[in-house]
Amino acid sequence: MTTDSPTLQRVRAHAASCYHCGLPVPAGARHRVVIGGRARDMCCAGCAAVAGAIVGSGLESYYEKRDRFPESPREALPDIVGDPRVFDNPEVQAGFVAEPAEHEREAALILEGITCPACIWLNESHLCRQPGVKAVHINYATRRATVRWDARLTSLSAILASIRAIGYRAHPYDACALEAAQKRESRGLLARLAIAALAMMQVMMYAVPAYIASAGSMPSDVSSLMRWASLVLTVPVVFYSASGFFSAAWRDLRARRLGMDVPVAAAIAVAFLASVRSTLAGAGEVYFDSLTMFVFLLLGARYLELRARQKAAAYLEALARAAPAVANRLLNFPLCLNFETVGAGSLVAGDHVLVRPGETFPADGRIEQGDTETDESLLTGESRPVRKHEGDSVVGGAVNRAHPVVVRVERVGEQTILSAIVRLTERAAHARPRLQEIADRVAVRFTAGVLATALAAGLWWLLHDARQAAPVVIAVLVVTCPCALALATPMALAVATSEMARRGLLVTRGHALEVLARADCFVLDKTGTLTVGHPVLQNVRLLRGSREEALMLAGALERSSEHPLARAICAVARDAPAATQLRSAPGHGVEGVVAGRRLRVGNARFVAELAGDSTGVPAPEAGEQSVWLGDEEGPIAAFGFSDALRPDAAAFVQRVRSLGARVFLLSGDAQSSVRATARTVGIDEWKAAQSPQDKQAFVKALQAEGATVAMVGDGVNDAPVLAQAQVSIALMSGAALAQGAADMVLLSGRLLDLAQGMQYARRTLRIVRQNLGWAMAYNVVAIPLAVTGSVTPWIAGIGMAGSSMLVVLNALRLARPGRKHPLLAFGD
Amino acid sequence: MDILYLLVPLSVALAFAIGAAFLWSVRSGQFDDLEGPAHRILDDDDRQRETADRDQAH
Repeated sequence: MTTDSPTLQRVRAHAASCYHCGLPVPAGARHRVVIGGRARDMCCAGCAAVAGAIVGSGLESYYEKRDRFPESPREALPDIVGDPRVFDNPEVQAGFVAEPAEHEREAALILEGITCPACIWLNESHLCRQPGVKAVHINYATRRATVRWDARLTSLSAILASIRAIGYRAHPYDACALEAAQKRESRGLLARLAIAALAMMQVMMYAVPAYIASAGSMPSDVSSLMRWASLVLTVPVVFYSASGFFSAAWRDLRARRLGMDVPVAAAIAVAFLASVRSTLAGAGEVYFDSLTMFVFLLLGARYLELRARQKAAAYLEALARAAPAVANRLLNFPLCLNFETVGAGSLVAGDHVLVRPGETFPADGRIEQGDTETDESLLTGESRPVRKHEGDSVVGGAVNRAHPVVVRVERVGEQTILSAIVRLTERAAHARPRLQEIADRVAVRFTAGVLATALAAGLWWLLHDARQAAPVVIAVLVVTCPCALALATPMALAVATSEMARRGLLVTRGHALEVLARADCFVLDKTGTLTVGHPVLQNVRLLRGSREEALMLAGALERSSEHPLARAICAVARDAPAATQLRSAPGHGVEGVVAGRRLRVGNARFVAELAGDSTGVPAPEAGEQSVWLGDEEGPIAAFGFSDALRPDAAAFVQRVRSLGARVFLLSGDAQSSVRATARTVGIDEWKAAQSPQDKQAFVKALQAEGATVAMVGDGVNDAPVLAQAQVSIALMSGAALAQGAADMVLLSGRLLDLAQGMQYARRTLRIVRQNLGWAMAYNVVAIPLAVTGSVTPWIAGIGMAGSSMLVVLNALRLARPGRKHPLLAFGD
Repeated sequence: MDILYLLVPLSVALAFAIGAAFLWSVRSGQFDDLEGPAHRILDDDDRQRETADRDQAH
């Protein structure tokens, strides 16, 4: 018989719910599977098939073990994921399949649909029973499975199919180098930390009797024995745990620099050598306890820092995984819908691919046929599905949620938005924040001062009281250990950066956080920044010719443009011919030749210039953006667009103002439409009809007055002004170039997240200052005490540790309150 | 106090043994997933046990 957890029982109490997935059973459904000796109702054929497969392979006890319902297999119908046989192709396998022995293959898979430990058990046992499968291991924390099989007996597609048969989805995971390196790094540090901890505890046991024994009460041979034991235990700490400090110090010295690790290595070396000498001589002080504690605490702080860093990198990993491995390339579109499954890497721009519901878009492109909804939550943090119609662009890495669509591939591989985001995140991970550079520079001088002080104090004591020389030198080196100073900034920045990425604000350059906190002027672009950036064609005012002709001509010129207004025209002018001699004037418009006619599309002045005079250009209506079309005889038509404001635009402006910053609106659009927008969102200072150069000059002028300018923009023509501002924030929907020039990318597209990010950056800066202040104050007090010999090395060690811990804990306050702490949550 | 001559070296040896064991466990990846094994140990797949349960229930 089967027993269920209380939750499941409660659901079961409702009469007709599916025994497998818990969803209500539709009236008239006749799906039954015998489980635990009783026929159970199933809601659909999918559940019945899955339950049948589970029972069939003798894994009925899954139903006893589970404490949560699985996903309904209706969402994972086997055929939507495509033909798994493509995964047997050696070319496709190259990325994720290893060959540990002859005829043996090993693949890393991502399992989806796992809801509780029983799922893990079910998958492992089920896979183990498949013929040819040699070993299965599923990591509960990461949902990653490692499967090893005999290539002669089974194939990867059969394994994937068998996982699908029990209602889960598995897809190959390209175990990237990044992750392997991370694992090595954290494993190595963990081992060093543990060895230091173990030695510290044991050495402390030997040291305590010496501390508490009154003079002469401990036999000298026993105390010598304790010292030798301590020495033996300290050797691995110095040569294994602390080896990182030595190699870093050596690297610094060879490069003629003074890093933080130099005094650390000096302290360890001096303490160790002095203690060894005392041990060999059988007289004098030993500092093994201080030494091991010092190393342990330093490594502990570094381990915390590493975890914070890897947390931030986990997001990158999820992004890198978003691109699918295969695509369905249509062989002869639009004549027929036959397709072949190919590796996503072999797609080229211009290919047509079929993307079925549940599949991920393999590259950036435009929907050629069909309407659907996409899920871009991984890329933008936006969890609601986005409606996509024919002609809309789709982003590689987004998931198709509703209907099959045919997509014309536009950008592949490195050029896609997804890989741009991955690159930006990678750059951020490697960039050294300027704040940290300053701290490092201060620390270098500080380090030089510490070394000089220790040397001078050592010499002085050597002349006056030689026995005190070694403890004073060690105390000075240990007590002043600049690690509090060194940790103060990176800890706070690491926590803040990963926290912000989770909120949809990606920091791509080191200085961005700091400058955002200090920004006192926000310069906003209009289209795509304050507005949603999807203008729609509202009306066409004809001066001559027909509406269809005007649209066709404008569409021909705008076909290759990335400008949102151009997109809106093309969305209406479906089958416009191609224009020749295309020339674009950024900020003004496009010129080209269609069927022998020289035409211009763009703002009124630009279009009128082609005809040689600017008469006959009526003013656009208030609050509306317009684009003109004209030839050498004058304007032909005006296209009016409307673009919805972002819902949080006004709230954003208000919030930024309340934080004490001025807000400006600079736009290339016409006066009337900019005025209307500015009034609606509450911006008093605005400028319309600005070219990219005007915008850049404006920002430069602000900066000349001493302002710190944050530029929020979108679109290709914003790149110069984004580069000019001290900190630039691009919106995710913007062109890839603008993002490349930006210091931050607002992935979520919610402006309020940016305002929040600013508050958050200020808090981060405040905490960094507190930390630096504390580290300084502590040293000012501690150094004189150490120099005068009133601090023993072990008190110095505790003082150093206390100050470092304070700094780390202070930085951790930046993590979101009320959540499980990111650094203490292992694994996921 | 003579016993210290045995116990102290013994404690050192023990510390080394523990250290070595820990290093081995880190290297073999036992700290990569801290949750899974805890669940897995309860899930030993034993059909006889299931039959026994069923018999008991009847």
